[in-house]
Amino acid sequence: MANMSNMSERAGGSLTAWALREGFYAGAVSLGLFVLFVGLETTQNIRNELVLNRRLGLLGIFVIVAAVGRFLTVAYLRPWAAARKAAAAAKPAEGEEGFSKRNFSKIAIVFLLLYPLIAISIFGVQGSLKWVDNLGIQILIYVMLAWGLNIVVGLAGLLDLGYVAFYAVGAYSYALLSQHFGLSFWVLLPLAGILAAFWGMILGFPVLRLKGDYLAIVTLAFGEIIRLVLINWTEVTKGTFGVSGIPKVSVFGIWSFDVSAANNFAKAFGLPMSSAYYKIFLFYLILALALLTAYVTIRLRRMPIGRTWEAMREDEIACRSLGINTVTTKLTAFSIGAMFGGFAGSFFAVRQGFVSPESFVFLESAIILAIVVLGGMGSLVGIAVAAVVMIGGTELLREMQFLKRVFGPDFTPELYRMLIFGLAMVVVMVWKPRGFVGSREPTAFLRERKVVSGSFTKEGHG
Amino acid sequence: MSDTLLSVQSVETYYGNIRALAGVNIDVKKGEIVSLIGANGAGKSTLMMTICGSPQARAGTVTFDGEDITRLPTHLIARRRIAQSPEGRRIFPRMTVYENLQMGASLDNLKYFNEDVEKIYTLFPRLKERQAQRGGTLSGGEQQMLSIGRALMARPKLLLLDEPSLGLAPLIVTQIFDAIKALNQEQGLTVFLVEQNAFAALKRSNRAYVMVNGQVTMSGSGKELLANPEVRAAYLEGGRH
Repeated sequence: MANMSNMSERAGGSLTAWALREGFYAGAVSLGLFVLFVGLETTQNIRNELVLNRRLGLLGIFVIVAAVGRFLTVAYLRPWAAARKAAAAAKPAEGEEGFSKRNFSKIAIVFLLLYPLIAISIFGVQGSLKWVDNLGIQILIYVMLAWGLNIVVGLAGLLDLGYVAFYAVGAYSYALLSQHFGLSFWVLLPLAGILAAFWGMILGFPVLRLKGDYLAIVTLAFGEIIRLVLINWTEVTKGTFGVSGIPKVSVFGIWSFDVSAANNFAKAFGLPMSSAYYKIFLFYLILALALLTAYVTIRLRRMPIGRTWEAMREDEIACRSLGINTVTTKLTAFSIGAMFGGFAGSFFAVRQGFVSPESFVFLESAIILAIVVLGGMGSLVGIAVAAVVMIGGTELLREMQFLKRVFGPDFTPELYRMLIFGLAMVVVMVWKPRGFVGSREPTAFLRERKVVSGSFTKEGHG
Repeated sequence: MSDTLLSVQSVETYYGNIRALAGVNIDVKKGEIVSLIGANGAGKSTLMMTICGSPQARAGTVTFDGEDITRLPTHLIARRRIAQSPEGRRIFPRMTVYENLQMGASLDNLKYFNEDVEKIYTLFPRLKERQAQRGGTLSGGEQQMLSIGRALMARPKLLLLDEPSLGLAPLIVTQIFDAIKALNQEQGLTVFLVEQNAFAALKRSNRAYVMVNGQVTMSGSGKELLANPEVRAAYLEGGRH
């Protein structure tokens, strides 16, 4: 506290004068910088002559923004930041976390369970479609994929850039097997998981001896190989045309969502016909699948295999000297991670009703990996938050039509998706280099729990 | 001899084309503390790693408890109950002390974990104080204690220690060597250690070997070597802490 009062005494009136001076300098510098670049513009007139236009208004805006910005930074922003820092330093880390922070995941699950109902009550049955399908299901698919990849990258520390391959295997397994053999989703879901896990093993074998960058390159190639096979094996996969007319999922075979079916869901309950019920069912389905992924991850972390994965991420040689077979450990990590990718893939196929190789490009792998890294490797909550920010954020961009009024009618906000994506990554990595939740939660709980920030500890050798 | 636990017979190890070990013979009997001293680059750590099968010996044999383990993969050698506290400690930095010790007990799937962890805590009380702390936040000496503790959790027949005194304060070195000596005397644990700190190692060893350029040039009891003028000149004078 003494610090703060000292500072405000010293500040007083002189601060404003100083800030004004700083603002004036900033304005003068920007005037000098921009007078030629912004203040003057050369164009051609009708007779193809070069003419000089003066844009004093725009130049004025630039100078004013610089001057006012500098003034505000010096006069208000900096003292505010310093005061905050001093306050944080004066108050030692609080022992008891707030109620909402402690029960964050429980509150989030309850909210997600109620989410479709909230959407319906606010926007009506038809209006809720956009919120449940475009936003809710889309985010949850990525949450599930990122949680699946987290097993490979976050826990076992194996950098996998081709995760989307397993997503594709799951999607095509469901699409093709349901069309050719008429099997239902509930039979094919586990089968798609097993097939993806099998492919995870196939990827695992050749890369057992690789680490870090080398592993990343091979997995990247593996992802591309799967995609190219899907494109070129036209007799089976129909190539770039994709597989369409993939059957819908039923409520465990009791109710169907096909309009013509006798046991149609809406008919059975005497509700008006709407596709919203199907979407809401899909929402709960992906929610259940995602929660299954989280549950399995949490359980595995407390079992010997999960602990071994984490130890292998830290130090592979030490693991071997403790009698751990790193071959089987890596293969289980790859196959279990791939299995969840396969589950998510078959859900994706059932939701779209159409799959094509275009959905499984490298960018998808990169986005999933970005979510895992941004969320904080290994942290389920952090990853879920990152998925909401990244996927929800880009979906919301589509809604920001008011931006057109600012930047002109040609402006399409969703085209700036990748720009914002990249910017967000840079900001998060600067601000929190280990992701949103950087500290690793111990798996063995002792009487007293001390959380030491992960930033104090050394990274394992890549 | 039937009480020989570890026997290294004319072992040659290469890194690519470079011969790091040129026919090394070493025996460790049950219940002994045997130390291996030598200058930097003599091949001490290479011998340690060769016993663990990474890298494997190109010629010669490593026999443990009557079984040839020369060509076994590292994790199977560890399952014969050869525990190693490797050079540079190699603890798991983001895992807690308790979890590190759990990893040490993975051979028996934590069957004896609770009783063994108490023994480790009696041996190194510091680890008990720090059990909820991450390995990477420990001091160097504590990390070394954790590394030895983790190796002991595997209930080893033979404990391999690679430079346990590396980068530690003299007081901590004494503490760690005393703990090793106590383990040897109370539980009959066989210890084979590689050390640069020749004085501390020789003082507590039953027997010792001196290694120069990938070959054993001298061997004898700890006391003999301590008194040997050549050893004194090369490893002890001026280097004594």
